Amino acid sequence: MIRTLVLALMLILCPVLPAFAVNPDEILADPVLEERARDLSAQLRCMVCQNQSIDDSNAELARDLRVLVRERLVDGDSDEQVIDYVVSRYGEFVLLKPRMSARTLLLWVAPVLLLAAGAIILLLMARGRLQPVAPAPLTAEEQARLEDLVRPEPETRRQNITNNSSP
Amino acid sequence: MINEIGHYALVLALATSLIVSIVPLIGARRKDAAMMALAPMGSIVMFLLVLLSFAALTWAYVVSDFSLRNVFGNSHSMKPMIYKISGVWGNHEGSMMLWLLILVLFSAMVAFFGRNLPDTLRANVLAVQGWITSAFTLFILLTSNPFLRLNPAPAEGQDLNPILQDPGLAVHPPLLYLGYVGFSVCFSFAVAALIEGRIDAAWARWVRPWTLAAWTFLTAGIAMGSYWAYYELGWGGWWFWDPVENASFMPWLAGTALLHSALVMEKREALKIWTVLLAIMTFSLSLLGTFLVRSGVLTSVHAFATDPTRGIFILALLMLFIGGAFALFAWRAPMLKSGGLFAPISREGSLVLNNLILTVATATVLIGTLYPLVLETLTGEKISVGAPFFNMTFGLLMIPLLIAVPFGPMLAWKRGDALGALQRLYGAAGLALMAGLVLYYIENGGPVMAVFGIIIAFWGMFGALTDLWHRANFGKLPFNVAWRRLVGLPRSAFGTALAHFGLGVTVLGVVMVTTYETETVLEMKQGMAADAGGYSLIFDGIRQANGPNYTEEQGHFTITKGGVVVADTWSSKRLYTARQMPTTEAGIVTFGFSQLYVSLGDPTTSGGMVVRIWWKPFILCIWGGCLIMMIAGFVSLSDRRLRVGAPTRRARPAKLAMEPAE
Repeated sequence: MIRTLVLALMLILCPVLPAFAVNPDEILADPVLEERARDLSAQLRCMVCQNQSIDDSNAELARDLRVLVRERLVDGDSDEQVIDYVVSRYGEFVLLKPRMSARTLLLWVAPVLLLAAGAIILLLMARGRLQPVAPAPLTAEEQARLEDLVRPEPETRRQNITNNSSP
Repeated sequence: MINEIGHYALVLALATSLIVSIVPLIGARRKDAAMMALAPMGSIVMFLLVLLSFAALTWAYVVSDFSLRNVFGNSHSMKPMIYKISGVWGNHEGSMMLWLLILVLFSAMVAFFGRNLPDTLRANVLAVQGWITSAFTLFILLTSNPFLRLNPAPAEGQDLNPILQDPGLAVHPPLLYLGYVGFSVCFSFAVAALIEGRIDAAWARWVRPWTLAAWTFLTAGIAMGSYWAYYELGWGGWWFWDPVENASFMPWLAGTALLHSALVMEKREALKIWTVLLAIMTFSLSLLGTFLVRSGVLTSVHAFATDPTRGIFILALLMLFIGGAFALFAWRAPMLKSGGLFAPISREGSLVLNNLILTVATATVLIGTLYPLVLETLTGEKISVGAPFFNMTFGLLMIPLLIAVPFGPMLAWKRGDALGALQRLYGAAGLALMAGLVLYYIENGGPVMAVFGIIIAFWGMFGALTDLWHRANFGKLPFNVAWRRLVGLPRSAFGTALAHFGLGVTVLGVVMVTTYETETVLEMKQGMAADAGGYSLIFDGIRQANGPNYTEEQGHFTITKGGVVVADTWSSKRLYTARQMPTTEAGIVTFGFSQLYVSLGDPTTSGGMVVRIWWKPFILCIWGGCLIMMIAGFVSLSDRRLRVGAPTRRARPAKLAMEPAE
């Protein structure tokens, strides 16, 4: 249900659902080029659809874009050149994986930052909790009381206390 | 008349929910038993009223009462009965009614099963549920009322969107909402704990069954939606990282984290504040999901701006609940005392790692989903964030988590022995390595990442089995003694192992399909054959057929292997007459865990048909794993310890003390 509304809208814009994305007449004869074309298509967005790549989409516009990508590849463009060309015509919006830039920096570094921040916080907490806190030295009053408490026999008393406090 | 009764019941439900929102809260402060007793009673009344209202709406669909605008817009008299009923929630207004119905169902269940909760806690929890109920009932009545009439009543309806006329989508929304809304209970418990300023291990024990139930249903709902997309949309995709999918996936991720942190809190009284925060975040993400899907903001910022009533209303609700809860948290959380120290290498430590990764993963999905929206609002610049982004970031985050999963249950509470755990897992690691290499060999190689992924998947599965093996002490004790120990293990131990096993199975499916899927697009004429996945498909031709509300072109394919016929399938294209809308019904043939997927395209000028054939190796593992996780949820729910939170009989405290501390 949750996708109903969006799907409904998507269907209005990309009307012919059963028609295929890539049609046989589009496929390039060279399997290596075709493979590259498919990889590139999966990264390019169908401009009129809801979150679909041109590789999956049935819209007319997606077809035009697929054909365009293949034409550029046949002309000998590298993958980057094809992407640059498509972006120059349709803008950054066409990329499903946005390029790193000042605008998208936060998007890309956020997971790393969060992970690092979380790890640091945990590390600090673990240290704070687990470091055995050195017991505060006894005050003179406590020392006297301790001496009272551990006095089994008068002659061994001094010995005991020096033993206890030496480490 | 029935419609008016339904409408009126909804208004009464609003009134009741307002009483439940306020009176028990005051009662809890004054320790007034009568005022607090209003909460359970009122919650049950609320449920009955909303049920009546929902039943009235359903009745209008069943008898095709087109005088209701909602029925007119989404139903048709010729539609099969099951889709008339599922059509109730196949639209905005109806789905909000379903949301509300499930919300009050949960309130009533807390009221009913929570008789052993402390009175004040129960009153507070139900009051918070009451706030949510009031808000959503108001939302329905003011902006999305399904009981509005049309005059004069049209003679025929406009039909339900055909792609929604499917058994999968008939049950998908109720399952999904049971999960979404189920987290409201965790939220209410968290807010109630903050109001009282007190929280302890018992609280975690009460919350866990609700978390577990919600998580289980959400797992089922998401898996069902994914499977539906796979077979119905006709191109064999099963996850698109669509914002709408992300909206349901984020609460699932956060809920999974909550499930694990509540465990720590129940056993060790640690991570209290974090668990409360996570409970608030999980339901906030459910609300956010509802907002994203319902306001139309996802389709376009401008669509949101042109008809903002609903969107603004939900946005206000969102700010009220999420903002309010976080403010309350900031104010009261420091009062909650945390206990339970533990070493980094320990069961708690591993669960903290789980929480860290799951939370960051949730945040990544959230940022990826909202980034284009925020960027466009702030700068007007439009960018897209789609599957390639999520696959990369989310995938990378999951790798350490999946490697760590088998270690978790092996470590002791407080202070664990990583080396010991590793030694016990040697067997699992060896088996995983072997299984991975065997599969890699069978599939004739492939990218190195594939074999790595397969090994991780098997590592998860064997690791889960190793956990049970060691708990029962197989190998050290005689077999029959160990067997009896295994049978006697608490159900929650089986739940853990099963869920982790299921995760491994899903990962296996995902890796295999992603790496070894093949796709063939070609033009076929009658009698022609094509190869896929070691099978040969022969196209036998096309015939016409008629369904109740559609016409259909059916293509028949015979599948052979080594010249022997092994299966056959129909793949068709439908045209739903009322909306003149085509859909595909792909031909799907299952071989073990793998499937052949055949989709029919347009006729070509030369008299053939465009046909698309996929070989989907191990694809069923994706949903099979989800099914196992779901079963794991139910197994764990049936654990005696958890029934304490939702007992049908009165639980005896003496029995509790005797439970093994584990």
